[in-house]
Amino acid sequence: MFKIISKEELAPGITRFDVEAMLVARKARPGQFVIIRIREGGERIPLTIAAYDREKGIISLVSLRVGKSTALLAGLRQGDNILDLVGPLGNPSEIKNFGRVICVGGGAGIAPVLPIAGALKDAGNHVISIIGSKTEGMLILEDEMRSVSDEFYICTDDGSLGYKGFVSGLLEEYLEKNLSDVKRNKTNVDRCIAIGPAVMMASVAKVTEKYGLKTIVSLNSIMVDGTGMCGACRVEVGGKTKFVCVDGPEFDGHQVNFDLLMSRQRIYCKQEDTCYDLYKEECRHKK
Amino acid sequence: MVAKSESNKKRTKKVRIPRTSMPEQDPGARKKNFEEVATGYTQEDALLEASRCIQCKNPTCISGCPVEIDIKSFIKLITEKKFEEALEKIREKNTLPAVCGRVCPQEDQCEKECILGIRYEPVAIGRLERYVADRELKRLADQGKECAYSEVTRKCTKEKVAIVGSGPAGLTCAAELSKKGYRVTIFEALHKAGGVLVYGIPEFRLPKDIVQKEIDYLKSMDVNISVNAVIGKTLTVEDLINDGFKAIFIATGAGLPHFMGIPGENLNGVYSANEYLTRSNLMKAYKFPECDTPIIRGKNVAVVGGGNVAMDSARTALRLGADHVYLIYRRGEAEMPARNEEIKHAREEGIDFKLLNNPVEIMGRDGWVDKIRLIKMKLGEPDQSGRRRPVPVSGSEYDIDVDVVIMAIGQGPNPLLTSRIKGLKLNSRGYIDADPETGKTSLKGVFAGGDIVTGAATVILAMGAGRKAAKHIDQYIRTGKW
Repeated sequence: MFKIISKEELAPGITRFDVEAMLVARKARPGQFVIIRIREGGERIPLTIAAYDREKGIISLVSLRVGKSTALLAGLRQGDNILDLVGPLGNPSEIKNFGRVICVGGGAGIAPVLPIAGALKDAGNHVISIIGSKTEGMLILEDEMRSVSDEFYICTDDGSLGYKGFVSGLLEEYLEKNLSDVKRNKTNVDRCIAIGPAVMMASVAKVTEKYGLKTIVSLNSIMVDGTGMCGACRVEVGGKTKFVCVDGPEFDGHQVNFDLLMSRQRIYCKQEDTCYDLYKEECRHKK
Repeated sequence: MVAKSESNKKRTKKVRIPRTSMPEQDPGARKKNFEEVATGYTQEDALLEASRCIQCKNPTCISGCPVEIDIKSFIKLITEKKFEEALEKIREKNTLPAVCGRVCPQEDQCEKECILGIRYEPVAIGRLERYVADRELKRLADQGKECAYSEVTRKCTKEKVAIVGSGPAGLTCAAELSKKGYRVTIFEALHKAGGVLVYGIPEFRLPKDIVQKEIDYLKSMDVNISVNAVIGKTLTVEDLINDGFKAIFIATGAGLPHFMGIPGENLNGVYSANEYLTRSNLMKAYKFPECDTPIIRGKNVAVVGGGNVAMDSARTALRLGADHVYLIYRRGEAEMPARNEEIKHAREEGIDFKLLNNPVEIMGRDGWVDKIRLIKMKLGEPDQSGRRRPVPVSGSEYDIDVDVVIMAIGQGPNPLLTSRIKGLKLNSRGYIDADPETGKTSLKGVFAGGDIVTGAATVILAMGAGRKAAKHIDQYIRTGKW
């Protein structure tokens, strides 16, 4: 059992939980994830570790409510327990002084970008952050991101805050303005980290490819065990099949087959809807 | 002289009793439910079957058992209706009798060595083992004790030993060490203990409450089980050593699913058998939406492979409502690695065996599987394994309509842990290089056994490895000699 020490709603449908998990907190590094199972009969779902405190033995998880399992999670209160939690899983992010690094976070994907941006900053990088959401009210972790960034930009789809448009749009403008070699379309940025919905990561990768900017994405595929045993999370990277849980979750964004990733993310759409509808119905009855 | 011929007569009479068949659910009914197929002997069946044993002076059956159960004695105790004593006799060597009675390939082990088998049919040793184990479970349940077999709770006080993996090898090693008084902790990566017994073997062949009760019995022996602990991630081997564990037994199983490497394997609806079975067995996807984990319920399902895992996948697909399940195997039935009993059960339930066929491509529409292309095979010269090598018949490709494909073609060693232990020697295939007799690896104090050493094998072989390792772990801790 893993106790929820505190809970905070960061934006409508996006919740941050601080959870007591001593062993995981001791070992966690930026880029890694855990798998949780909320209750008996529940699914195993992967969540990226958004922060960790080794001393206190606490990790932070940020979850976007999209279906039954995330709704169940959102319904837990401070003091409640998560039945199972295992990790840290996956490989940590590569952290070193690359020089100038752009960190792009979209929606709930800002949460996993935060510890990576922080570690990159600590490693001596010049950190340029671009974070985005649908609208101002949905933007999370703005202050936290700002505090680890040397340059900081916000985008909203509706223009309610910052740049109007997608993160990939702002990114393209930024890269265009920061060319080191105009003839060869080469940017003065050394690396890009992008985490968010698959469609966002795909468009970021498309933009950076034009500028020859190495781009790391963190893939959020469906998983069961998270230790390489089942292959549910398989993706195609550079034409080869890889398991996100043990080979990733981070890959070279220019090598990832995003169409396949998005198609595989939709495998259980129908079942997930059925399950969520039944749950909502159940909740209405209870009320 | 007279007495001897009398006893000979008695023997002849005994062996003429035919082997008692196992009561089973009707195939038509069982293919629609997840309840156990073989329903188990009645007391009458067990007494009759036990009476067939001629109590050989030098029983050969015992040498066929990887954990050397005193088969002769436990069967004798059954004939005397001393069922609890019979179970204790088995438990001297085997702490998972209800499991082994169900899933051991007895026909290749103890029963293969039974003298009766030369002229008649061997004694049904496995069914008798299951009977005494189930009888005890039922007795306890009737008394309202649902968990452990015994109420005896022990306290172990000797050195600490860590066991990585709670499958058959880990559980057996834990039990043996606990009997010797060691403080044993089993570390399990999943949320539930049991390894392949809970994620792999389906409910209809091995009910999960039976596995749970066997594990509860271990707990009553003061074995500590720590779930949600991935060694190599949550804790490292160095952490375990620093934490005072004097020896470590690695029994993580094989656990890296193989795919064929043909086009279309990443389409939606293509599963590894590991994923398909884990969803159904461990996550209880067959109870969806009562349980939250979904699974695709295919109408036309192709299972690729010829082993027990392929049979389990095919029969699971049927129970999940498939109209038609194809079992695609590149060799013939004689070459199939699955147990005869499993093949028979699959056939009875209506699995369509496509023998001497091999997939060459999986085709899809809008990201989903809709066809599988097969090529016909013929058998050529024997290969290294002694089985005749299947050769494709050129130009014989044809397509069948399917909406789910399950790859059950074996597994390799999962490198998650092995790659994180400095100095641990692996063989060329990536399995741990461990002495088959002692379980010793290239690192002092680290032992290994089961599928992570041998490659995918059987429950009982893994148990045998766990038992041997326990003996040598004890020796190592007592003497300090490696």
